[in-house]
Amino acid sequence: MNPNYKLPGAQDSYSFGFLDEFAKREIRRVILKAISIPGYQTPYASREMPMGRGFGTGGLQLTLAMIGPDDTLKVIDQGSDDSVNAVNLRKFAELTCPGVSTTESTAGASLIQTRHRVPETALREDQVLNLQVPYPDPLVIVEPSEARRKVMHGEGDYARLLTKLYEDLVQFDEITISHRYPTRINGHYVIDPSPIPRYDVPRLHHAKALMLFGAGREKKIYAVPPYTDAEPLVFDDIPFRTENFNTSDGKRRACARCGATDSFLDELNLEEGGKAWQCSDTDYCNRQLAGANAREVTP
Amino acid sequence: MKPILDVQGLTRIHGTECPSCLDMTGPEHNTNVCPACGSIVAAANVSFSLQPGEILGIMGESGSGKSTVVKTLYFDQAPSRGKACFQDDTRTHDLFELNGAEQRWLRNHRFGMVYQNPNLGLNFSISAGGNIAERLLMNDLNHYGDIRRRASELLTRTDVMVGRMDESPRQFSGGMQQRVQIAKALATRPPLLFLDEVTTGLDLSVQARILDLILEIQHELDTAMIVVTHDLGVIRLLASRTLVMKHGRVIESGLTDQILEDPQHAYTQQLVASTL
Repeated sequence: MNPNYKLPGAQDSYSFGFLDEFAKREIRRVILKAISIPGYQTPYASREMPMGRGFGTGGLQLTLAMIGPDDTLKVIDQGSDDSVNAVNLRKFAELTCPGVSTTESTAGASLIQTRHRVPETALREDQVLNLQVPYPDPLVIVEPSEARRKVMHGEGDYARLLTKLYEDLVQFDEITISHRYPTRINGHYVIDPSPIPRYDVPRLHHAKALMLFGAGREKKIYAVPPYTDAEPLVFDDIPFRTENFNTSDGKRRACARCGATDSFLDELNLEEGGKAWQCSDTDYCNRQLAGANAREVTP
Repeated sequence: MKPILDVQGLTRIHGTECPSCLDMTGPEHNTNVCPACGSIVAAANVSFSLQPGEILGIMGESGSGKSTVVKTLYFDQAPSRGKACFQDDTRTHDLFELNGAEQRWLRNHRFGMVYQNPNLGLNFSISAGGNIAERLLMNDLNHYGDIRRRASELLTRTDVMVGRMDESPRQFSGGMQQRVQIAKALATRPPLLFLDEVTTGLDLSVQARILDLILEIQHELDTAMIVVTHDLGVIRLLASRTLVMKHGRVIESGLTDQILEDPQHAYTQQLVASTL
């Protein structure tokens, strides 16, 4: 975004947070409904945003409807604060929400908007995580008709989703869903937890923070309230498995930058050939690095 | 003994329906299209009962309404009028008074259906084993090892090579597809099975093996069945009692031997004579 860009016309013709007050009220109402029925895809009137659908308009509308001048916002994309999507959304919020402070620190944020990751640092009760969702309905891969999908959700009928897992096991001896792993919320509705890796799915279970999911193009909002069951869909005899980042001899890889062995790693192709692994969550990586430096200095 | 299924006055009319629909159609008018309003009377006042473990045959030419009867009982179509009571152990379900969820529950847990066209009964984009797994999963069996075991048992029982259970049924012959459909229908050991023209279009030796299989299953599991067919051979082999339908009406019913040896209605006589 051009740093010299200004909103057209008089700035005060836009209300705080770009969305008009009616839109914000509607979204807040829908958020309350979504929290009341954990995992239910609540329809809402997704507004046009000054960016293409698919760029995180669902998450952004959640953020703009909730944000106030005393909030601190963090926006991440695949764990990184500095990728294009995150930077642009953060700048948009800075531009349209005067007084709001932004941060790159997970612990320092009251509101976190994210694409494709749940932060490594455990969230607190006073934080809210807004996830950008491209495809809200996990049943879309097995049932093309939305009317029938609604009935299936209502009856908790996920047999065909499990059949898909069965087929995976038959063909590949393991479940091949790498992200968007179908997860049952509060014992009934199964959600598509947005394209977070399997590694992050256990973080939804009994999380301390409220997790909201906004799908702008599909016009759906759903929620995993704090301290709510979130169980990935599995067979009784085949436990859920997350990515393990082990080398071929079974050793856990460490981040090439900070040395952490307890984070989700991105695989990088190095220019000189070969591969390196690095934390996908940049804030976590930086803090590990700062902690390691501090330890080196103290003795 | 209480019948497992009791059907009274089952009627299905496609179209706008007028008071004279039922009076002006039927075998005596030689049509099932109402001349007053153009509605099609697919089935009218069909009543019968089925005992546990019994096989009932429904016979008639194409368009006589025999498939309509089975499809309404399996909830593929809604009837215009009529009542059907299904006896599930101690509970009696009034089938057409149930809500959608209860109907789907019965369909998945208590009924089985084998269609003439395997396209309708099977999902060709998943494996044969997956088709059976789907039905087991609907019945809350959630253990992968158990599902594999049950599916291979069922396929062995229905003479499908277990080695091919992970292939798509698309790659199977027509007879094998039909056997996979039967295995799928039997997965939940349903007390009631609907067979809609299961052997039509198959060659004679395959037909014979499928009919044998159906009889064996009936002896083994004591499953009540409704067999819809236009093939008198199938009726003679399987059904103990038979309904003959024409233009949406039951024109004759009784013991199969009686109907085939001593048909009363002119149409049945013609039907029996033509096949012999």
